[in-house]
Amino acid sequence: MNASDSDDDIYNERTALVPSENPVLPSYRPDSDTSLPGDSPTKRVNVCSLLSVSRHEVDADDEELTLKYGAKHVIMLFIPVTLCMAVVVATIKSVSFYTEKTDQQLIYTPFTENTASVGRRLLNSVLNTIIMISVIVVMTIFLVVLYKYRCYKFIHGWLILSSLMLLFWFSFMYLGEVFKTYNLAVDYPTVGVIIWNFGAVGMICIHWKGPLQLQQAYLILISALMALVFIKYLPEWSAWVILGAISVYDLVAVLSPKGPLRMLVETAQERNEPIFPALIYSSAMMWTVGMASPADAQRSETDEEAEQSGGGAEPPSRQSRSLPEDELEEDRGVKLGLGDFIFYSVLVGKAAATGGDWNTTLACFVAILIGLCLTLLLLAIFKKALPALPISITFGLVFYFSTDFLVQPFMDNLAAHQFYI
Amino acid sequence: MTAAVFFGCTFIAFGPAIALFLFTIAREPLRVIFLIAGAFFWLVSLLLSSMVWFISVQISNKESAAQQKGLLIFGVVLSVLLQETFRFAYYKLLKKANEGLLTLSQEETMPISIRQLAYVSGLGFGFMSGAFSVVNILADSVGPGTVGIHGDSQHYFLSSAFMTMAIILLHMFWGVVFFDACEKQRWWAVAAVVISHLLVSCLTFQNPEYVASLVPTYVVLFLMGVWAFYSAGGSLRNLKLCLTCKDKDFLLANHRPR
Repeated sequence: MNASDSDDDIYNERTALVPSENPVLPSYRPDSDTSLPGDSPTKRVNVCSLLSVSRHEVDADDEELTLKYGAKHVIMLFIPVTLCMAVVVATIKSVSFYTEKTDQQLIYTPFTENTASVGRRLLNSVLNTIIMISVIVVMTIFLVVLYKYRCYKFIHGWLILSSLMLLFWFSFMYLGEVFKTYNLAVDYPTVGVIIWNFGAVGMICIHWKGPLQLQQAYLILISALMALVFIKYLPEWSAWVILGAISVYDLVAVLSPKGPLRMLVETAQERNEPIFPALIYSSAMMWTVGMASPADAQRSETDEEAEQSGGGAEPPSRQSRSLPEDELEEDRGVKLGLGDFIFYSVLVGKAAATGGDWNTTLACFVAILIGLCLTLLLLAIFKKALPALPISITFGLVFYFSTDFLVQPFMDNLAAHQFYI
Repeated sequence: MTAAVFFGCTFIAFGPAIALFLFTIAREPLRVIFLIAGAFFWLVSLLLSSMVWFISVQISNKESAAQQKGLLIFGVVLSVLLQETFRFAYYKLLKKANEGLLTLSQEETMPISIRQLAYVSGLGFGFMSGAFSVVNILADSVGPGTVGIHGDSQHYFLSSAFMTMAIILLHMFWGVVFFDACEKQRWWAVAAVVISHLLVSCLTFQNPEYVASLVPTYVVLFLMGVWAFYSAGGSLRNLKLCLTCKDKDFLLANHRPR
């Protein structure tokens, strides 16, 4: 498999924007004023680090409610992030394919790290990072330009191609490697049926409609697959430098006035359009008292999303529902871009891959969760789109290197003597 | 070194803690968050103490085994003191956060009380401490090998698992007693917690003499458990009511007539 081609496609696809004129709303749709563009592997990376939360107006009486709901939102994001990391760590620890050293590298990281001197290796990894980040910046700007000039069909098609690649090809590869690891002989027709069903249901769930939990499960799975690809094909030092650089880029892209991601969000808000379905993980749920049928619930959920996004003109679908406000209890949830999932999992997966040490993995896991918690706290305070990568990745990197170099020898020595602290 | 050893030791070490987590903490998002924050604080304390130990090892004589062991003992003591310091720091942070939230909201009661926070943070410390102590050992127990082939004790895994369980539960009890003592400004109780932590850690210096280290540890565990029970508001009467299923508050909360 030519890694560069497939990843190129993926990167290209991930930069696609989702058209907003879908009359048939998917089971979740990001609110335009609260949603954050998702990330595609490169684009995802750029775009994903946005968090948004939608909630009612908060006044003083709602503070405790806010705290409780805020905590619930945090947990609603902890669980998928934990699941994604668990899938990646489990795969890394059992399937050796993803940790085997390969000379094949992505086209975006052309400089090899098999050099003799440390300085040369460092230089190569920095150059790799610069190339990768420039590719990401260029793709994001291209994306924003496409969005501004309303090339929705192009973007939509791109996104579908990208998901196709991920759901069919990468999962086929993954399944093959798992079978190889456990020495299972499975025939091609069976594998064909499995992959076909997995992929087809995934495409429908992600791009059209589907049960929320199935959709969430698929998004977690494709994030994990993408993270595994990164772990395999990014060279050692380049991966760490890229993680650091991407956090900085994320910060700049989301918060600075001319940042591409910020412009994306603002353009979407001006047009009252949702952006990027299938690139954002949404924890939104909605329930109504005495709802008639799942279809009603589905419609009412999309109605609520539509209501949020449509500040001025109300979408026609809203008229069909006439439930009074007080019968409705809704929890609009928080949205996290898929690139965030990918990069968190890359960090934890790399911690699990290098060395047989579980302490480092655990430390990175806790650090990332705490970073996410802090980011959500900031989100609750500032109530606008925020980058989700910087704090978590910084904590993760700090804890990875310090646990690997400082804590590990200490704990090893303690375990050898069976001392307990 | 079989699956039986792995699963047995895992459940011995983490069984009570996971049961506590599942039954009392997992359903409440706020408690989960404070649990993870407690784990984070423990991690930071470990980081600092490892850093000091690492620096001291680098500037010491690496050939001398006695000096290395001495440095390790110093590292253990320092780590225990730092852990308790960070427990105090976490307490201060939680008090500040509590006050801030109280002034913000119109409600009179907090969504989570300081006692619940004490329990949850103690368990967070315990989880992290137990995980860091035992996970690598458990991972090794799955693989091939012979325990004690060089003349070491054959009960390495089992004793590690029991010690870990004791440590996790102890952290929880220490958390409860510590926060309660800080609330009531009883500094002797705080000192007692620190001293008992030091005692338990220093007892492990006698490993592999497991009788000498495990039995006193479990005695300390039992005593701390009783102390934590009383400081959390328990009493013999409560206990009797609970055990005979006549505790009206509990029954009311669970809608069970009796």
